[in-house]
Amino acid sequence: MNLTLKIWRQKNANDKGKMVDYKISDVSPDMSFLEMLDVLNEQLINSGDEPVAFDHDCREGICGMCSLYINGEAHGPDRGVTTCQLHMRMFKDGDTIYIEPFRAKAFPVIKDLVVDRSAFDRIQHAGGFISVNTSGNTIDANAIPVNKQDADTAFEAATCIGCGACVASCKNSSAMLFVGAKVSQFALLPQGQVEATDRVMNMVKQMDEEGFGNCTNTGACEVECPKGISLENIARMNSEYLKASFKG
Amino acid sequence: MSGILNSSIGRKFAMALSALFLMFFLLQHFAINILSVFSPDAFNEASHFMGTFWAVQFILQPILIIGIVFHFTMGIILELKNRRARQVKYAKNNGNANSTWMSRNMIWTGLLIEAFLIVHMSQLWWHEITVKYISPMKEDPTRYYHELVEHFESPVIVGIYIVAFVFLALHLLHGFNSAFQSIGANNKYTKALKGVSKVYSIGIPVGFIFIALYHHFAH
Ligand code: HEM
Ligand code: SF4
Ligand code: FES
Repeated sequence: MNLTLKIWRQKNANDKGKMVDYKISDVSPDMSFLEMLDVLNEQLINSGDEPVAFDHDCREGICGMCSLYINGEAHGPDRGVTTCQLHMRMFKDGDTIYIEPFRAKAFPVIKDLVVDRSAFDRIQHAGGFISVNTSGNTIDANAIPVNKQDADTAFEAATCIGCGACVASCKNSSAMLFVGAKVSQFALLPQGQVEATDRVMNMVKQMDEEGFGNCTNTGACEVECPKGISLENIARMNSEYLKASFKG
Repeated sequence: MSGILNSSIGRKFAMALSALFLMFFLLQHFAINILSVFSPDAFNEASHFMGTFWAVQFILQPILIIGIVFHFTMGIILELKNRRARQVKYAKNNGNANSTWMSRNMIWTGLLIEAFLIVHMSQLWWHEITVKYISPMKEDPTRYYHELVEHFESPVIVGIYIVAFVFLALHLLHGFNSAFQSIGANNKYTKALKGVSKVYSIGIPVGFIFIALYHHFAH
């Protein structure tokens, strides 16, 4: 396939940045999207140009590192996949493809398509954990019975890979699907109850301080999430938050 | 509880409560207006009661006004905050792929409803306040029906009315379910509510339009 790529180029965090057109030929439909970019970068390096910087790590859909806003959607037009799992067969010969970084004030661009998602780490540090004493007499996790429904729902929430597609897709740049998932995975389990009040209050506080927007329930995040994290998690976070606020 | 309006979720919650209250009010308003189609007497009686009963006038009416002002002020504040959360726009954004037009344009459908409310209040509500409190006239408990019929004689008013209620329907098609999600309810009951939501969001506006057209053409 022959394609025209319109790619966001930005030298560094302070550069203004702009869209630049590239032509690429002989792209195999079996390539992943990132492999296609690898080929483009080889071309650029061979002709003495600066390669396009983009994030990636596992390339098997589990680390959440690859990002990219492709033709107006986070991780491109396919459903339930990250960009490393998006295949070129989703596109047609002669297509023009827009490739932009995930955009949000809280995700500043570092270079080209690479953005800084450490805001998510700081939200996790604020409460996305349980404190367990591991000094020798650790209690077996299975000693506390958990009903199957709760265990499954908590597990589904825990599959969030922190990629940020929810923020990128949201017209408000809201991080509530991510935070909702991280709050839910503990809220549903007995192990999460001890710190439940502080957890939701602190994580939401950090989320607001990072400059993410307010959810208006458009549902774009749920559709674009590679792990199918459901909006129910946001409702659960809302009710956890309200419960916690009334407790004081 | 302190400073709940300073948090993103607190604001969402307050927005949803004001919206639920407005939807309840709208239902009540509709219930009275539809009487005018079936029985002028019943309509006069209900309007007279609402217009003169002290609890409605001095408790519910102020709450309603605060509710409306709060809802649209908060709506505008949220919209501005949300715009600031993304400073560089996408060169290409395919919103239709993942969300409805209604959900992305709440501010515009809302502002249009607001414009209608200003016209509506200045015509009807201000008239009520004038005849009741500013230059009081002797209350005629049968005046309401005639005033309604007179109001809908003008094709311009009926036209504005229709446009406004189409936008209200669009606002509610997203808003109804959204309000329940905001207050933290997303379970098997709220899934069942989706049907009710469609009936309400389309039925109520269509009902109001029907009342306007009925009086425009029936007299
Ligand atoms: C009778 C009139 C109105 C009714 C019944 C109504 C109803 C609703 C409902 C049910 C919601 C969803 C709340 C939520 O998601 O929690 C909503 C949201 C919203 N409304 Fe209204 N509304 C009315 C008038 C207005 C007006 C006059 C404006 C003027 C700007 C407005 C602006 C908004 C905005 C911007 C939102 C989205 C905010 C969000 O979802 O967080 N609405 N409305
Ligand atoms: S909720 Fe989904 S889209 Fe958001 S960070 Fe987690 S996996 Fe990514
Ligand atoms: S590179 Fe790890 S999920 Fe795509």
